[in-house]
Amino acid sequence: MPTITIDGVHYEVEQGKNLLESCLSLGLDLPYFCWHPAMGSIGACRQCAVVQYQNAEDTRGRIVMGCMTPVSDGAIFSLAGDKAQQFREAIVESLMLNHPHDCPVCAEGGECHLQDMTVMVGHRDRHYRGRKNTHRNQYLGPLINHEMNRCITCYRCTRYYRDYAGGTDLAAMAAHDHIYFGRHQEGVLQSEFAGNLVEVCPTGVFTDKSLVHDYTRKWDLQSAPSVCTGCAVGCNTMPGERYGRLKRVHNRFNAEVNGYFLCDRGRFGAGFVNSDKALEYPGLRQADGRYRALDHHEALLRMAQQCAQGRVAGIGSPRASVEANYLLRQLVGADNFAPGFSDTEQVLVSLALQLQADSAALVPDIATIESADAVLILGEDVTNTAPRIALALRQSVRNKAYELAAELKLETWQDAAIRNLAQHQRSPLFIAAVADTPLDDVATQCLYLAPASIAALGQAVAAGLGGGDSKAATDNAAGALPRAIQAEAAAITAALAGAKRPLVIAGTTCGSAAILRAAAEVASALCSGARQTMLCLCVPEANSLGQAILAGPDAPNLTTLQQRASAGEIDTLVVLENDLYRRGNEAQIDALLAACSQVIVLDGLDNATTSAANLVLPAANFAESEGTLVSLEGRAQRYFPVFQPQAERRAAWVWLLACLKEMERSEVYPLHHFDDITRACAADIPALAGITAAAPDLHYLNLGVKIPRQPARYSGRTAMRANISVHEPKQREDEETPLAFTMEGLNRDQPGALLPWVWAPGWNSNQSVHKFQTEAGGPLKGGTAGARLLHPGGSRNRTNTRPVAGDAAAENSGVSGAQPGLWQLVPRPRIFGSDELSAMSPALAELVSPGFIELCPADAAGLGIDTGDGVEVGDQLATLELRVNDSMAAGCAGYGAGLAGTGNLRALARVSLRRAETWQRRPGLIASDRGAGPGSSHV
Amino acid sequence: MLSSLTSQLRTIWTILQHSFTKAETVQYPEQMPYLAPRYRGRIVLTKDPDGEERCVACNLCAVACPVDCIALQQAVKEDGRWYPEFFRINFSRCIMCGMCEEACPTNAIQLTPDFEMCEYDRSNMVYEKEHLQIDGTGKYHDYNFYRVSGLAIKGKDKGQASNEAPPIDVKSLLP
Repeated sequence: MPTITIDGVHYEVEQGKNLLESCLSLGLDLPYFCWHPAMGSIGACRQCAVVQYQNAEDTRGRIVMGCMTPVSDGAIFSLAGDKAQQFREAIVESLMLNHPHDCPVCAEGGECHLQDMTVMVGHRDRHYRGRKNTHRNQYLGPLINHEMNRCITCYRCTRYYRDYAGGTDLAAMAAHDHIYFGRHQEGVLQSEFAGNLVEVCPTGVFTDKSLVHDYTRKWDLQSAPSVCTGCAVGCNTMPGERYGRLKRVHNRFNAEVNGYFLCDRGRFGAGFVNSDKALEYPGLRQADGRYRALDHHEALLRMAQQCAQGRVAGIGSPRASVEANYLLRQLVGADNFAPGFSDTEQVLVSLALQLQADSAALVPDIATIESADAVLILGEDVTNTAPRIALALRQSVRNKAYELAAELKLETWQDAAIRNLAQHQRSPLFIAAVADTPLDDVATQCLYLAPASIAALGQAVAAGLGGGDSKAATDNAAGALPRAIQAEAAAITAALAGAKRPLVIAGTTCGSAAILRAAAEVASALCSGARQTMLCLCVPEANSLGQAILAGPDAPNLTTLQQRASAGEIDTLVVLENDLYRRGNEAQIDALLAACSQVIVLDGLDNATTSAANLVLPAANFAESEGTLVSLEGRAQRYFPVFQPQAERRAAWVWLLACLKEMERSEVYPLHHFDDITRACAADIPALAGITAAAPDLHYLNLGVKIPRQPARYSGRTAMRANISVHEPKQREDEETPLAFTMEGLNRDQPGALLPWVWAPGWNSNQSVHKFQTEAGGPLKGGTAGARLLHPGGSRNRTNTRPVAGDAAAENSGVSGAQPGLWQLVPRPRIFGSDELSAMSPALAELVSPGFIELCPADAAGLGIDTGDGVEVGDQLATLELRVNDSMAAGCAGYGAGLAGTGNLRALARVSLRRAETWQRRPGLIASDRGAGPGSSHV
Repeated sequence: MLSSLTSQLRTIWTILQHSFTKAETVQYPEQMPYLAPRYRGRIVLTKDPDGEERCVACNLCAVACPVDCIALQQAVKEDGRWYPEFFRINFSRCIMCGMCEEACPTNAIQLTPDFEMCEYDRSNMVYEKEHLQIDGTGKYHDYNFYRVSGLAIKGKDKGQASNEAPPIDVKSLLP
């Protein structure tokens, strides 16, 4: 480790870092703008200037940029030297020349990196007397607010948007002091990761639009460590609350999962918490079909009474916590507990779990995915199903560039140099999908195939690598794969075989068990030699994997329950946080609910299932309750309540535990707190034993005190509820978690799972996170949040190793070729809309498209229809708008999974299509026209 | 004996003298004391010279308040102005320290020379925006934040604030 001298003090620093990183890691405050730990250095802003001396005799020194200066043994620097300080102050003064007088009406104020740095360098008076430049703003969609006047031209936005996230529609335009960061014309930002601009921009150019219109300063937000429920990746978040409303979601750093970035579904999709569809009181269905509000005690008595008499069955939910599902399973018994997947999904998720547990390949976290040097994606559109993985894959293709850089001995943080060096050379990324995906632009090769052919391609690759069932694969390959594709398979085989860290990705979305198996075969064929092979199987929801582990492979599915109910074997059905109408055919769910004499539903938002229930109990959402979720990499993570549940809402586990106690079930007598349930679940289900390690229990104290949810500057404590009563109540104590609903406590050096907000003296912005890291950009001091249940290397957890039943049925006529007049339905999920809850978020509502059917031009022409026409699917299953997609595999009909009107469509089903005669074409709407409408506040 | 008698007589004399000095007692409330314009009493919210609300709901008064007795929520008007949806001061907690006035970047919140705020019921000491808002400009007559701020609002486009150049035409090729 080199030793450097800064202002006369010797420091040991890490080799290969630049001076700025090293200073921040050492706890020395050096101002900067353009450098970002995830994006490296370009030396654009000139803010991190320091004086470097040639040797001990050199007294003059020269000014160098900290972010562009590698640390070398014996180097002598000065941060405090007058020359460097004056230089830094002059730089901030010049950056501030045109900065408007906006801070009071700027959504960045109070967490603004520019404010922090200006104060840090001591700049106060503006000497320049000329006029300030101004710019017109653009409408950038419903999520991001644009205020170009505030720009300091650090280039972070375009470097993030274009270089890091692969977007194309945001760029720097014009030159010198005309420079402008925006789109070539107004319109919605196209990248799925545009929301990160809010955190990347060091000042208020890009701000969260929904926050701007219901604003609260950072110091007034009550926050808690949380986990995104938008998909199965399990990104760590910090939602902020004020006055009982969720105001915004910010990224919570986790070195192994999301790092510094979230996707837009995660960042803007939590608005459903404030929805007016949120249930507030328990409701009992009257004879006339109306619901009567109950208080929680009466509701509980009724629930216990109904669960105590007759035969009870329960349907859990992959979007509810492990603990809530566990209690429901205890309530109804394992044999009567359906995990709440759709029938096909239940098979596939169990299979994905089994394949990952059995595989010799590593189940990678997101940071490890970024290290992959060859990637094969089979069938999954990760940008729309597990978006954060797509962002990681965009980094993985840069490993080629880093290899080239290593040959030239360039440091990895030399961002511009490495990009210039590599140009368009990328690590191999092969995508086999039913149609185009947003990752296609960085792919080496995209193959658009029907699901059966994708599986056959996978088998062919596995066979080529010398693994899998070679004979079957060869047969399949000969049958299902055209000759051209066979050549591609050979190319993929060669690329994967030549890689050191190959990664295979597949997922449950396309509904094919064969594809999952093929992916696992490819991975196991690669598990030889010195390769670090990775296998990532995407599952759909936040706790899908945890639910599969909890329920086990033998759990009944919805069809089984429906048959039992129809046979009169079920009296009371308890549904936990699950809209069943998204899980099965309407007719089937109707039959299930009608056959049970009592239907009890616990859920947060009003939906079709709650409307069919006899008794509805309002369950608290993720921001009001605690729970453990198991992400797709098998990481158990805890989310904590940001604020107390409103009205009569209670966490689902509270309802269920109280019900079990009311029923005098002796096994729950020892359970008093949330942690007791976690421990009981871990003891009961060996594969879930690790969940207790997801976060410290409620007895954890940080140097004798709890961890505060409110920052030290939290304001308005004696006035917030003075309109209700002038007598301030005692602050509510949190009896379930190590966090406190106050500003008292210590938010420092605690375990990473308990980080509610980031702030450090002089660092009010989110850049202060480096004060919580072991080194700038490194893991958190308190350790990385979450506990891995599937250990890397698949060395354990073989609880589910039996073959999963019903596998073949899910395949739904598998490999057999196209049938004339019938199309195979393939899901085409959308990042906005396919997820149930985030689609209810007002911020995203405008971006959720109505359901659609995609066909290739030949198929559409064959039916005599074109984009915008209506298509009737099957026997009145759905009537949807057609979109002609050039890349769609022939014989396949893509449908917008989870979108309005697609509830009856199932993956891989073969359906007839015909023109819908009574279809009304929608008027053409161009996104960029919206900005010109009235009420747009983008002036 | 003699000395104590002298002491008592002197005391009586002194008291007698006071009978002829001017009384310091003020006949409040009939006789109001003079309070300087910068006296720190009841808080008001003022309007700018154009008659618009000055408060932009920036929350600086709330965070400056040492007893946390100010709570507000920002909202945005149709014309682009920020304003407080509600603005509440709990005067039963207020210590009239004037920190809010010092913190206010728009001169909206001001302390006035009025201290007569007695109530029998403490809850009457909770003032909402309608109780705080006055029609005038208070102590500072000319300041209008939006004439200085870079934020465009209806009637004041980009480049029309003080010391601002007209918006740059990005597509221009001129230097």
